[in-house]
Amino acid sequence: MNKLNFLQPDKNNLYTYLYTGVILVALSIFIVFLNSFFNKDIVSFLPGPISFFLPLILGFTGLHLIRIDYSGLRFLDSINKNINTNNFNAFLSLLIVFIVIKSLPPLLSWFILDANIAGDSKDVCTGSGACWTYIKIWFNRFMYGMYPNPEQWRINLSFIALAFLGCVGFFATEKFKKYLTLYYVVVYPLIAFFFIFFFISGGPIFFDFSYGIIAAVISIILGFFIPSKFKMYYFIIVPITLYILLKYVFFYEELIELGKLEALEWVETGAWGGLSLTFIVSFFCLIFCFPIGLFLSLGRRSDFPIIKYISIGMIEFWRGVPLITVLFMSSVMFPMFLPEDMFIDKLVRVIIAISLFEAAYVAEVIRGGLQALPRGQYDAAKSLGMGYWKMHILVILPQALKLVIPGIANTFLALVKDTPLIFVVGLLEIVGMLNLAKTNPEWLGFAMEGYVFASVLFFIICYAMSKYSYNLEQKYKTER
Amino acid sequence: MNIKKLLPQLLTLLVVILVFGFFSYNAQINMENRGITFGYGFLSQESSFDVQFSLIEYDGSHSYFRAYLVGLLNTILVSVIGIIFATIIGVVVGIARLSNNYLINKTAAVYVEFFRNIPLLLQIFFWYFAALRALPLPQDTEPMFGVFFLTIKGFFVPAFVWNNLDIFIYSIIAAIISIIFVRIYAKKKQEKEGIQTPVFSISIGLLLILPILSFLFGGVDASVEIPVIKQLSQSGFTYEGGIKLPPELISLALALSLYTATFIAECVRAGVQGVSKGQKEAAASIGLTPNQVLKLVVMPQALRIIIPPTTNQYLNLTKNSSLAAAIAYPDLVLVFAGTALMQTGRAIEIVSITMLTYLSLSISISIFMNWYNKKIAIKEK
Repeated sequence: MNKLNFLQPDKNNLYTYLYTGVILVALSIFIVFLNSFFNKDIVSFLPGPISFFLPLILGFTGLHLIRIDYSGLRFLDSINKNINTNNFNAFLSLLIVFIVIKSLPPLLSWFILDANIAGDSKDVCTGSGACWTYIKIWFNRFMYGMYPNPEQWRINLSFIALAFLGCVGFFATEKFKKYLTLYYVVVYPLIAFFFIFFFISGGPIFFDFSYGIIAAVISIILGFFIPSKFKMYYFIIVPITLYILLKYVFFYEELIELGKLEALEWVETGAWGGLSLTFIVSFFCLIFCFPIGLFLSLGRRSDFPIIKYISIGMIEFWRGVPLITVLFMSSVMFPMFLPEDMFIDKLVRVIIAISLFEAAYVAEVIRGGLQALPRGQYDAAKSLGMGYWKMHILVILPQALKLVIPGIANTFLALVKDTPLIFVVGLLEIVGMLNLAKTNPEWLGFAMEGYVFASVLFFIICYAMSKYSYNLEQKYKTER
Repeated sequence: MNIKKLLPQLLTLLVVILVFGFFSYNAQINMENRGITFGYGFLSQESSFDVQFSLIEYDGSHSYFRAYLVGLLNTILVSVIGIIFATIIGVVVGIARLSNNYLINKTAAVYVEFFRNIPLLLQIFFWYFAALRALPLPQDTEPMFGVFFLTIKGFFVPAFVWNNLDIFIYSIIAAIISIIFVRIYAKKKQEKEGIQTPVFSISIGLLLILPILSFLFGGVDASVEIPVIKQLSQSGFTYEGGIKLPPELISLALALSLYTATFIAECVRAGVQGVSKGQKEAAASIGLTPNQVLKLVVMPQALRIIIPPTTNQYLNLTKNSSLAAAIAYPDLVLVFAGTALMQTGRAIEIVSITMLTYLSLSISISIFMNWYNKKIAIKEK
């Protein structure tokens, strides 16, 4: 080997190289550190360009000196293996370290050190940092939009209740596990819909809902005493009968009386907003787009030509246009398609539009899963005498859906990230509220704080979702 | 065909027809009530609104169709800029994601996770309302490299003033055509005699020499026009000459490319990781140099995995560019589905044209992709 071995340590002078290298790297980092945190340039006696590049040159030489194949020191070896494998890598590593050190002080000072959070008007924001007072004062609006302040407990209560109901799956006993799918696909969305429709929206209609709750509670309590043989029929018949009895026989007079009272103030959907609206819209679209997408994907793979081409047309149409034009359509074009006296609420129109739009993407994802299944699965199911629906529900879909968990999660993430677009129809979720707050004459000039705040919120939500989907994927992974 | 197969199809068809019939019946009645007749004749009428930024000559006296073209061109402009930058950033970050350097790897990962988990609209707003608003006024701007001026009113760059531009373009086209011929010739030669021709250096040479020849002999002449500051009023300044890129365009292109780059990075990473290790080892064992391994074995296989999802991302970027409407960049949606719709009130016609434009764009790309996928698919026996 007559390779040029310039400045490479060998057996004899190992420690000289090591100490020099470590000192050089430490020195370079120290210079940058002093420069960025204390604004002191200890190498300013050198001419401009040299003093600018000096830390880089020092660190680079140092890293070059300590690059040893195997030293026996754990720390040194891991450095060499991870960030110092060759000259180019060493250079990039140094650059990244320096940039991080350089950018820490301004970020720290903007976020924390020079930021203001006390007080409740713009005047307290005198520092050069962020004005978190602005977020504090507007926090309610960012969360609830124009929803009246004294009524906001309704939103909180609904969300907490729904969160608890959503956790039922974790506590279900073995016996009820098989009903969980039914619960999550049918019962839970219905409950959520009732909560949002009756509770958040409010109005005298709320009492309908309270009868429903009473009927459900009574029938569940009584349900414990019913032999399991009849439980299914019981739970279909009794709650509905109870509800009708309660509403139209026992408390009919009270209903009329209470209806006049308007116990829960009615809040129109135009006043909803903020992060809670983001949740509501994405929740409903998520619920609706999945079954629609499922049927579209099955339709696209159907043997019936008419159904097949209608599905293809639907999917390709929604996938081909941007969401913003779909929302434009739902706001300016769709009312033209309805009879004159028929009016559909803005929020409902938006939810329908986004659901149909995302359903097309879900359909394509599921189709990928269906295509990935080997033909043998279909043949085996058919040879057992299963029909189309039985085959799909029992054999094909469980396997196909398992395969496409990441894809579906990505689509749902895209859906959550698309919700801010509803500003097109004048619904102000959190990004829309930010833009509104930004133009408030009392609070001009705090756009940055608002956007940073919303970005962090969205990042937390979406990152949590993607991590959860990753866990789900690992949980249901089966060797094939 | 038995009844069991026919019935569901007919029922579906009936439902679809009924829904469409219901909609079109209502639309007809509604339009009659409002006194609008359906038709695309309005496209040739005078538009009488102005557009801030346009690639072709346009003012209020032009037709609505011209306004449509202005919007379409602006959409294409921002998409092309976004695609170029997204590809560059995406490829770099994707390769960085594969690096065995811990710091580089993690930095790229943080970038990807951060930018793709924040709604694009929020990013556009951030760049437009927060970041670019912090730029200096035109009169306080320090020039970058003496000729670029990044101000709150936009980015002013020098423009080329060409003489005989057409000859220059012809020379480039000639260079490209000759490169194609050289490649064909080199391939034939290699198949026949096994001798490789340095195609790459010849191509670069051709691309340089032919345009230079056009400068020397074709009478092509280019001069640079540098933006100069100009006072409009007491405190209003602007730059004249050169090309002005409005802040809307910059923030939109920035947000689009940073956002889409994260997805392209993941595509690149998946593609390179998708090439099995055995391929590289086999290639090395038959004596190919590392460069040849990369060029002849890894890249062709990786590209087969990378290109389809990346094209999809390009398509997404083009569709996402319609978010321009939120910051008043005059793209197709804002100019046509916004201003023109407000002026004419022809919701159905305008929304349908806008949707059809995007639809034809994406369908043509997906047809091309299907053709391409079929072409590059591994022919299995």
